[in-house]
Amino acid sequence: MPGRSVRPLSRGDARSAAGGVLDLIVQRPEGLYCPPGDFYIDPWRRVERAVITHAHADHARTGHGHYLATAVSEGLLRARLGADIHLQGLAYGETVEHHGVRLSLHPAGHVLGSAQVRVEHQGRVWVASGDYRTTPAGAVPDRTCAPFEPVRCDVFITESTFGLPIYRWRSDAELFGEINRWWQDNAETGRASVLSCYSLGKAQRILAGVDASIGPIVCHGAVEPLNRAYRAAGIPLPDTLQVSDVSDPATFRRALVLCPGSALGTPWIKRFGDFSDAFASGWMQVRGWRRRGGLDRGFVLSDHADWPGLLGAIGASGAERVIVTHGSVPVLVRYLQEQGLQAESFDTEYGDETETSA
Amino acid sequence: MKRFAALFDELDATTATNAKVAALRRYLAEVDDADAAWAVYFLAGGKPRQLIRTAQLRAQAIAASGLPEWLFEASYQAVGDLAETIALVLPLPQQAEGMQSRLSEWMEERLLPLRGQGDEAVAMALGAWWRELDAAGRFLLVKLVGGGFRVGVSKLLVQRAIAAHAGLDAKLVAARMMGFTDSKRSPTPAMYRALVAPAEAAGDAQGGRDPSQPYPFFLASPLGAETGDDLVPLEIASRGTAQTMEARLGPASDWLAEWKFDGIRGQIVKRAGQVWVWSRGEELMSDRFPELQALAQRWPDGTVLDGEILVWDDGDPATPRLPGSERSGGPAPFALLQQRIGRKTLGPKVLAEAPVSFMAYDLLEAGHDDLRQVPQHERRLRLEALAATLNATPGPRLWLSPLVPAEDWATLARWRAQARPLDVEGLMLKHRESAYGTGRQKRGDGQGLLAWWKWKIDPLTIDGVLIYAQAGHGRRASVYTDYTFAVWNRTPVSAAEAQAVVEAIAQRRPADPNGLQLVAFTKAYSGLTDEEFKAVDAVIRQNTLEKFGPVRSVRPTMVFELAFEGIARSSRHKSGVALRFPRMQRIRDDKPLHEANTLQDLEQLLADKAP
Repeated sequence: MPGRSVRPLSRGDARSAAGGVLDLIVQRPEGLYCPPGDFYIDPWRRVERAVITHAHADHARTGHGHYLATAVSEGLLRARLGADIHLQGLAYGETVEHHGVRLSLHPAGHVLGSAQVRVEHQGRVWVASGDYRTTPAGAVPDRTCAPFEPVRCDVFITESTFGLPIYRWRSDAELFGEINRWWQDNAETGRASVLSCYSLGKAQRILAGVDASIGPIVCHGAVEPLNRAYRAAGIPLPDTLQVSDVSDPATFRRALVLCPGSALGTPWIKRFGDFSDAFASGWMQVRGWRRRGGLDRGFVLSDHADWPGLLGAIGASGAERVIVTHGSVPVLVRYLQEQGLQAESFDTEYGDETETSA
Repeated sequence: MKRFAALFDELDATTATNAKVAALRRYLAEVDDADAAWAVYFLAGGKPRQLIRTAQLRAQAIAASGLPEWLFEASYQAVGDLAETIALVLPLPQQAEGMQSRLSEWMEERLLPLRGQGDEAVAMALGAWWRELDAAGRFLLVKLVGGGFRVGVSKLLVQRAIAAHAGLDAKLVAARMMGFTDSKRSPTPAMYRALVAPAEAAGDAQGGRDPSQPYPFFLASPLGAETGDDLVPLEIASRGTAQTMEARLGPASDWLAEWKFDGIRGQIVKRAGQVWVWSRGEELMSDRFPELQALAQRWPDGTVLDGEILVWDDGDPATPRLPGSERSGGPAPFALLQQRIGRKTLGPKVLAEAPVSFMAYDLLEAGHDDLRQVPQHERRLRLEALAATLNATPGPRLWLSPLVPAEDWATLARWRAQARPLDVEGLMLKHRESAYGTGRQKRGDGQGLLAWWKWKIDPLTIDGVLIYAQAGHGRRASVYTDYTFAVWNRTPVSAAEAQAVVEAIAQRRPADPNGLQLVAFTKAYSGLTDEEFKAVDAVIRQNTLEKFGPVRSVRPTMVFELAFEGIARSSRHKSGVALRFPRMQRIRDDKPLHEANTLQDLEQLLADKAP
């Protein structure tokens, strides 16, 4: 049983089992905590000082005293958490020092402005990677966010959302070819192509990846403000329409419609008449998930690392100790242990094993 | 394989029936008869007899994937389908030249010749084939070996597509397709051509069909089905009075009532001097049942009978006969029949311990004449006449399903109430004027009354507590849908006492052997809607205590009403009982945990059953 070896460290225990050296990051009821620096990383309860890896709601929560995040994500964070939050923005690679802890943020390749947090104290380096997506060798990097950069460290804290070998992403070229074909086929038969996806990050990656010459692109009201934030951050996206911009309903018949999953089954969706529906998520890799959704198509599009990506990132970090968070925790811990690494886990409140937006 | 993979993708990529029919038609129009035959066979539910043992398939996949076994298993648990797991974890293929070979070539030149080969030859072949197929091809290869294509395509839909493709009536295609998916016969181009031949080409009495071919089975609908049919609603079917039944179904004298047996529905075909025994699942079972071969050899040529295949317990002459029956003894438990079917070799001992007999209830063909449009009561008379003639000469006797003697609904209701101790499932009601139809009669087609109805006894029920959960397969992969339920070992003294047990379980304290305990007694995984499963799944995730591989132990909070058809003592279960066909009838949100049932309640059900 894989679960047996996965004992989360007792809460607040800052002392490594190995021998007396203080851990740089520990788990506390509020979230991941850096004792010497006295700050939290993506805390799920209100704290005084929070370092935020990216703007997704399970990582960036409201009500903290001070926020530190990448400068690129500032627009997104203020849009989501309030314009008046105390937020310090850092460039990727820029270092700040706090209570003798050197802190810097490095690209995680997940969404616009997403970062891994590097902390260094008395010669030891820990990296908390938040959510990340690696770019396979030879692949064209995602142009909607800075691609993941491996950071050497002693201890690497990794997510494990898709921590099973069944998750291997195909190239973006293949994937977007498939989405374009679906859109094209629908457009030719006069049906709208409704593609539901996570509004932040995934939607913009789709916008940047599809062939916009096929037809108009309509975005739901939950998606459009995030498109604006991306454009404002200098990411070029094809032109998008909102429903209110469209006077002739015939426009919808060739359109690609991007909306959050929650919009399916609402009156909003009825205006598109006879449409084909699809969902974009890494979970669509498994046929059972696809069929359960009852949608026409499921596209395997994720902003997380696949299995080779996770193992690659862990390897590239050079860390001998790995702490696994949210996702397929027992599996990844056991696998890493069998590879000879010191692996353990943190209990976090990121993600949700029932959510399908990843 | 490439073309078949494309068809599979098209079928899998849409939920629209018309799009599926269109995809099938395009396929049938493009491929030759051999490929069409195999595609129809698989999509209509055909499963070739096992070509490669699942254990070997799995072992071979693990070796080829280079994964540790536990990780392959964890992957399988997440995917819920072996073929798909294999396709997802094997190393990516370099080129996929195997995709160029046609479906029929794969089946006839590669897969079928594998049967009976040694493990090493199978391993070699599998390894080589996986290397020359892409992910879609690997997935299909494993499915071809084991069957089980679930792409939302029913046999009916395949028939519709063939009918549209060939310009035929779908009913004719359905009749011609009887037996097409039999696991012991490979589909041939000739068989496919017979499916799509023009209607007028049907020259002889058999309509150009193979002499072995059975008729489509006429299926009975349940009275008081919980969903849909309001012909006789549940409360009336369950506790109905003579008046309410009469108001719904007319006088009892319009109906022939028979016992509903718990066996295997079967058709025995005697034509061209040969005998074929077909199950309702259209499996040819002739060689499983030499008794039935011997029985039907005595019939005149061109005879087809519908009836129930049963293991009959002749018992001692003192055993009361089934009311209405001339035969002593009664049906043996279904488990005996099941064991008997599982036997590879039928030695004299097996034949003596579990003798199979046929309880005939309908005559579909006599003297090569199709009698299906003849009214029910006339068919019955002709069946009785046939039995009288046959039974006048020495040899195996043709037993008829006895008519339950009753002139009114009140009497029938009383007989129905007797069903469980008599080892039957209730009553069958067949309208005197009913023809022998095809499949299940649809409501609202005006034929509602002139049909067959099963008036089953109400299931037994018990309220159990959910204690373990496991994820399902296929569409239910990664959703917790397979549950284990427990009852109390005695009635809790109070809610607080029950709560203390829950707390002890939550803290992983071992159960007090002398105190109150929850005792697992059954598993169940059906009966809830998708929405209900989703809700229960969420509760399970929030209340998980421990994970044992794919199984989670759950803090006991939820009570379910479980329905089942029978109960028997079992030494293999910790609770000492085994249930037949347990399923979840409803979630008892209204029921506090300490009011769930007890082992004593199960004992009482056992005692009630004893005559």
